[in-house]
Amino acid sequence: METKFHAITNGEAIDRNDIPHLPFTEFRDEALALVAEGGKVVQLFGTAAVDGALPDGALPDGLLPTIAVMRLEDQLWVAATDLPETYASLTQEAEVFHLFERELAEQFGVTPEDHPWLRMVRYHPNYADRPDVFGNDYAVDIPGNYSYYAVAGEEIHEVAVGPVHAGVIEPGHFRFNCIGERVLNLEISLGFQHRGIEPMLPGATAGRRQLLVGTIAGDTSAAHSLCHAHAIEALALADLSVSTPDQMVRTAALELERLANHTGDLGALSGDVAFLPPANYCGRMRGDLLNMTLWFCGNRFSRGLVVPGGVGMDLEPVDSETVLGRLTELKPQLEHVIDLIFTTSTVRARFDGCGRVSHEDAQHLGLVGPAARASGMDYDARRVFPTEHYTQIDVPKCQPFTGDVYARARVRADEIIASVALLQDLLPKIKSTKSTAVQDHALAPSSLVVTLNEAWRGEVSHCVLTDAQGKIERYKIKDPSFHNWNGLAMSLRDTGISDFPLNNKSFNLSYCGHDL
Amino acid sequence: MLKTLMNRFEQGNRTSSYPKTPIEMPSRYRGVPTIAPEGPDAPADLAKACAEACPQAAFDADKRTIDLGRCCFCGTCERVSKSKLVHFTQSFELSTAKREHLITDGIGAKNGANDDANAGALPDLANHAKQHFKKLFGRSLQLRQISAAGCNACEADLNVLTTPFFDLSRFGIDFVASPRHADAVVVTGPISRNMRTATLTTYEAMPAPKAVIAVGACAISGGPFTGSPEVSEGLESLLPVDLFIPGCPAHPLTNLHALLSFFK
Ligand code: SF4
Ligand code: SF4
Repeated sequence: METKFHAITNGEAIDRNDIPHLPFTEFRDEALALVAEGGKVVQLFGTAAVDGALPDGALPDGLLPTIAVMRLEDQLWVAATDLPETYASLTQEAEVFHLFERELAEQFGVTPEDHPWLRMVRYHPNYADRPDVFGNDYAVDIPGNYSYYAVAGEEIHEVAVGPVHAGVIEPGHFRFNCIGERVLNLEISLGFQHRGIEPMLPGATAGRRQLLVGTIAGDTSAAHSLCHAHAIEALALADLSVSTPDQMVRTAALELERLANHTGDLGALSGDVAFLPPANYCGRMRGDLLNMTLWFCGNRFSRGLVVPGGVGMDLEPVDSETVLGRLTELKPQLEHVIDLIFTTSTVRARFDGCGRVSHEDAQHLGLVGPAARASGMDYDARRVFPTEHYTQIDVPKCQPFTGDVYARARVRADEIIASVALLQDLLPKIKSTKSTAVQDHALAPSSLVVTLNEAWRGEVSHCVLTDAQGKIERYKIKDPSFHNWNGLAMSLRDTGISDFPLNNKSFNLSYCGHDL
Repeated sequence: MLKTLMNRFEQGNRTSSYPKTPIEMPSRYRGVPTIAPEGPDAPADLAKACAEACPQAAFDADKRTIDLGRCCFCGTCERVSKSKLVHFTQSFELSTAKREHLITDGIGAKNGANDDANAGALPDLANHAKQHFKKLFGRSLQLRQISAAGCNACEADLNVLTTPFFDLSRFGIDFVASPRHADAVVVTGPISRNMRTATLTTYEAMPAPKAVIAVGACAISGGPFTGSPEVSEGLESLLPVDLFIPGCPAHPLTNLHALLSFFK
């Protein structure tokens, strides 16, 4: 299609001068045109230096330099603009911009006019030392000036849950507007897990950065580390090309992460409909899968396994043989438990038709990952923007689904089966690898790189901008949960409030990945 | 029905017999470190190189100590010193009752030893445990978990304690839904500004006597996020901590060992 955006490739650095700089109205029109064609937002962020200490006048003339990265089919597009202090919001035309514009407002104090739901995202002062868009005094506790969506009427009641929940779970606040047992609207307000990772990254040493990207979301450590590694590999002046065995190990790390989490989620879903045997079996098998990652790198969450330039460990053929042996032993157990879950009528009675998100809503919200595939969007970054060994692998397309809890569970189950097959094929090919040390690298000056990978929850993306000296000026992170929290809210519409836990588990989104 | 039974047979009995029989960790697991005294193999400049490479400022080159409360067990110091100076053993018994006990000189740790012979490295937890806690909570311990801005891996590795392999409740220990029912609070994460009040309120809602447990580098020192204005420098800046369980994340067995030694 014709667009003024510039075509880029996943994981390839470009000169910042090659990013088309469009006047705001043109930028807005072009971005909306891409969305009209079915395009989605990968990143939309202010590019003023964010390192915790912005120089005065960081936003000359009150303009905020901003970059948008969009995807349309199998092509990535980028363009830049200067956002005025107040501008006509894009969200009013296309919902996919919703949370991105809220984030821009929070991080840099720009106001999207006529944004339908302009609220804080993570509750912190903006980085530009500008007047606060929300009129907050951040000495006051979260949520500050947050007016929740309200429904009025005689039979209406409100249920507020969190931030501290009843289980061993991350904190977040959920507001349900109900009529009787039926949920009319669920509002999710987060930010409790906000650690300020983005401002820490530009000034961090390579060692610290490795730790930080591995802890954006602990259960998605391999995927975030891989996005970081791809960014540094693309920007480094030295040759950091990754050997084939290293690529295979990195691919295996990502698949093991997917397997462990999907398996755990299936168990949790089963537990939530009070079918306990699979809950226990899956809990145990998830542990076995995490222990395979432990075998590779000494950490159950693959810390330090994926590093810029390769992998962090010396691996011998016996390592992949060991993991393959364990996986082969586990495979029939996984298959049988999955079969047990989906053929048990009491499970199906609760899963079927519960918390449906229509294909249309999923498109509008721009959902990603298994949650999107469950609503019939078949985007998978492994297939559309393949990296590592995925270029050699046929990632199966998922079948069209109905958008309910059943579909979200079934997608996980299918992906478990596919991942096991993929690993059984891949692991025997991995012979030995030599470890690569994490070290500071000189980076190309004045460059931009965008990286994407398909984590178990969906598309993870990192964007790194360097300044004229090759220092990291802005490090932007996007976890798939950033796209999907509104999907969960949508699934609860007109659903019984007692089905919230089930729907919540069927999405199992990351609070820390969202909150950064 | 038949499927349920067949799955049951296939799954078998998976509960570990730990602590009765020791568990061996895979060789790449990084547990209690040993640190070599100064010598030709481990000269002072190697110690300096380790300290410089440590992303967490956990390694002190002069004193030759590692602060396990800050350490994220990334293994960089071990790699830099080619295991000559720092070596991580497979012992997962890392927890202590005092913050200063976490600063270890790594002398006496033996590879894989999960018994008293290992006590040289870190003070023996059972002997430093508060005896009145053992009396109060030794037979039944109810835990309330607060997740306060970590990466959720520490929570995950606490959660697995309830899976069949660890089966925490066989020891009379359980996670409960309400602070009102809790004897001890288990905090993970560096306690962000946005979780500070919720953490304190949860603690206040618990009836006394109550114990406070910090799990993971984050809760002990801020972990990887230390230095960010959005997080605290550890739970101790807010509450009196009784038990420190280090790791990034703390391995489930580290958690289990700590709970059993400290309260049982
Ligand atoms: S293992 Fe611990 S002490 Fe060693 S470099 Fe890493 S953080 Fe520092
Ligand atoms: S200590 Fe490490 S694993 Fe635990 S929450 Fe913090 S960053 Fe995550």
